[in-house]
Amino acid sequence: MSDETPERLRRTMMFVPGNNPAMVKDAGIYGADSIMFDLEDAVSMTEKDAARDLVYEALQTQDYGDAELVVRVNGIDTPYYANDVKAMVKAGIDVIRLPKVESAQMIKDLVKDVAAAEKEFGIKEGSTHVMAAIESAKGVLNSPEIAAASDRMIGIALSAEDYTTDMKTHRYPDGAELEFARNMVLHSARAAGIAAFDTVFTNMDDTEGFYRETKHIHQLGFDGKSLVNPRQIAMVNKVYEPTQKEVENAKNVINAIQEAKMKVSGVISMNGQMVDRPVVLRAQRVMMLAKASNLVDEEENYIEK
Amino acid sequence: MEIKSTAVAGTLESSDIQIMISKGSSDIQIDLESDVKKEFGKQINQVISSTLQKMGITAAKVKAVDKGALDCVIKARTIAAAQRATKTTDKPAWEVL
Amino acid sequence: MKNSVNRELPDDLMNKLNYKPFESTEIGNPDIQRVAPSVHVTTGNDKVVDSIEDVVKKTVKDGMTISFHHHFRNGDFVFNKVMRVIIDAGIKNLTLAPSSLTGVMNDMVIEAIKAGTITNITSSGMRGSLGDFVSHGGLKNPVIFRSHGNRARAIEHGDIKIDVAFLGVPNADKLGNANGMEGDAVFGSLGYALMDAQYANKVILLTDNIVPYPNTPASIKQTQVDYVVKVDKVGDPDKIGSGATRFTKDPKELKIAETVNKVITNSPYFKDGFSFQTGSGGAALAVTRYLRQSMIDNNIKASFALGGITKPTTDLLEEGLVNKVMDVQDFDKGAAASMHNNKNQQEIDASWYADPDNKGAMVDQLDVVILSALEIDTKFNVNVMSGSDGVIRGAVGGHQDAATAKLTIISAPLVRGRIATVVPDVTTVVTPGESVDVLVTEYGIAINPARKDLIQALSHIPGVPVYTIEQLQQMAEKRVGKPEPLQFTDRTVAMVEYRDGSIIDTIKEVKD
Repeated sequence: MSDETPERLRRTMMFVPGNNPAMVKDAGIYGADSIMFDLEDAVSMTEKDAARDLVYEALQTQDYGDAELVVRVNGIDTPYYANDVKAMVKAGIDVIRLPKVESAQMIKDLVKDVAAAEKEFGIKEGSTHVMAAIESAKGVLNSPEIAAASDRMIGIALSAEDYTTDMKTHRYPDGAELEFARNMVLHSARAAGIAAFDTVFTNMDDTEGFYRETKHIHQLGFDGKSLVNPRQIAMVNKVYEPTQKEVENAKNVINAIQEAKMKVSGVISMNGQMVDRPVVLRAQRVMMLAKASNLVDEEENYIEK
Repeated sequence: MEIKSTAVAGTLESSDIQIMISKGSSDIQIDLESDVKKEFGKQINQVISSTLQKMGITAAKVKAVDKGALDCVIKARTIAAAQRATKTTDKPAWEVL
Repeated sequence: MKNSVNRELPDDLMNKLNYKPFESTEIGNPDIQRVAPSVHVTTGNDKVVDSIEDVVKKTVKDGMTISFHHHFRNGDFVFNKVMRVIIDAGIKNLTLAPSSLTGVMNDMVIEAIKAGTITNITSSGMRGSLGDFVSHGGLKNPVIFRSHGNRARAIEHGDIKIDVAFLGVPNADKLGNANGMEGDAVFGSLGYALMDAQYANKVILLTDNIVPYPNTPASIKQTQVDYVVKVDKVGDPDKIGSGATRFTKDPKELKIAETVNKVITNSPYFKDGFSFQTGSGGAALAVTRYLRQSMIDNNIKASFALGGITKPTTDLLEEGLVNKVMDVQDFDKGAAASMHNNKNQQEIDASWYADPDNKGAMVDQLDVVILSALEIDTKFNVNVMSGSDGVIRGAVGGHQDAATAKLTIISAPLVRGRIATVVPDVTTVVTPGESVDVLVTEYGIAINPARKDLIQALSHIPGVPVYTIEQLQQMAEKRVGKPEPLQFTDRTVAMVEYRDGSIIDTIKEVKD
């Protein structure tokens, strides 16, 4: 990813049950960075076809604003997978999320199917991206190859329910059982230059636990979290909100970049010291978060509260 | 396309529409139940019948129970019910979607 | 003739009933004359009677106006008991003038209309089978809908002349001193019934709980009461109000509530000593919770909260975030209990609350109000009376009255199911756009262009997009499509008064 094309914010990926018209039609109003329509676990076996039709028609007609649109298709080994992929590619979805990915080959197969569908329906080649959900020990151990399996990959997500079952444990409040998987998935994503999504937190009554977990994965470096309820969006955004000091510092870095562009030397310096590339990248990300969090005005100055 | 058996798609939840399609004799007959029949009855019937026609279904009995569905939902449920009734669920009607 | 909100009004009825078309929300400073009830003088020693039959026989005659209050809401036993007796007594041509009509009364009202017992109705509203019945032409004479403040005005003017008021209370002594706070079927404030107690020629209390004389605090006083009737039960406590107040979990309602709170806190009225009214309903309760946090964060306290009261509001009183609660009715048990226990929760009658023809009403002092809408149009006119199918299913309530606040916020989803809330023209104008300032939807807000100050103050709230009301209307139409126009006959089934007694709109018989 070059400095010039700013990365996309992916703090929140909101799950929307694919066969629920009320939720599908309203998915755009909550300000999620990504909306993930679910054709897999949220849809019973007998309704797979109906959910696919519903999500397809909604994508044709509903306005979801600037959100990145993702569909979780049914697994490669299911009879629904092939039609899910074709329909969603035809619908012009941004990202197809493949569940239970355990090898790079599974992503390569998906990409092949996606490319074929793009061709069949006259969709611009390469416009459909993919991402992988890691839900098993095997998936975690293979995540470096999975993350790098295709240049269509935009992200990799940890799915803790199946993973903890596979590990013969379950979820605990402190999340120690997920530590290795989280770090593996995160490192794989960073090494491949793609996004890393943390798993869902399902107990809507445990606000404290949700904040604790979100702060933890924010500290680790995850791009964001998969969410089961729109009410969690504001909470995640709150955790990802930069501080006033971070914003002001970032603004100084951005100003220094502007100054350097005017000068012949091209060297970016601040307070007499050269500014490193990582500092520039972090400043750009902080400003993007500040804008998304409504912390700065049109001139990117911090709004005093 | 021929209707092989009676089939249903959709639920009675808010914003949904339940569509039941069964064999008909000559044309498409729609029996619509809806709280917004006065305001949107014609539009709902039109979406159902034009979707069926595009799928090549010219004779069918349709029982629709609407709970305030938008057009895209009506179309999706009609397609799903029709594919189930014609036993073609495995081969999505790409030209209609 | 047409009124100033461009509604065509039937000349014959306007002339026959001596009505003026609505012109403006301005009340001005007219001099008016209030009426007084007749008094049958007694020492009060024989007010207690055992049977409703006896008291009806003594008081109710053909052609009279009778009234009830709706504080028991859907737990009311009094209305049906009394009307049963009146219908069975063969009394005809009554005008029914309750503060409002709730669902449990519907079947009895319809029966009374069919029997010829009731031939005229004035009410705040009606819903369900009764609304359907009236909208299909079931009552010959048009229903007159009045706001709570306007009912008080009309009673004081003598426009509504109550012959006999039947008022259910959870306690009374043998002379008729009563309140709404003690007993089995408590509902808290008697706000609407206090008008009837003060102005009806005959006041009959019905209670299941006769307490030792003298009963205090006395909201209704022995000086006003003619008879006290002992009955088995006046109401079902579980159906009077919601038990524990449930905080909405609907993410759409929460989103709207959060935006409403942002509008309030970014307005010039959000400062120490401000006042507000919220009302009931999921979104309103949620607003109170967001507002509470903002008041704590900004160290701001409210001078008073007004109107129909809920537990979240009395919690603010307990916390010291609100100095006084001015209470015309209580929507839940918590709020009713609080009135009993907290001296800073003041019971107020409908006149004090909202009567425009007054030496100052509480609504005249109100800074911020949050109100709902079935429909709102591009002129900001609001309908809370008729559904999208044209059928009566609502109530004016305090809508017109509270909308005179300095900042009137309408909170409503852009669409409900397939029905647009923001429309080119509302089916029935209840509250004129002139008194509405901001519409809050889940997509963003629209500000009345007449309020340039608010456009300035509210146009740059982070995360709150501002649209024109026309844009919101078009967004709604794009989502749901264009509905077929409703079909009505020429017959007028109801007339909606503005709070000053002029006619703001009429409701026609639906054509099915």
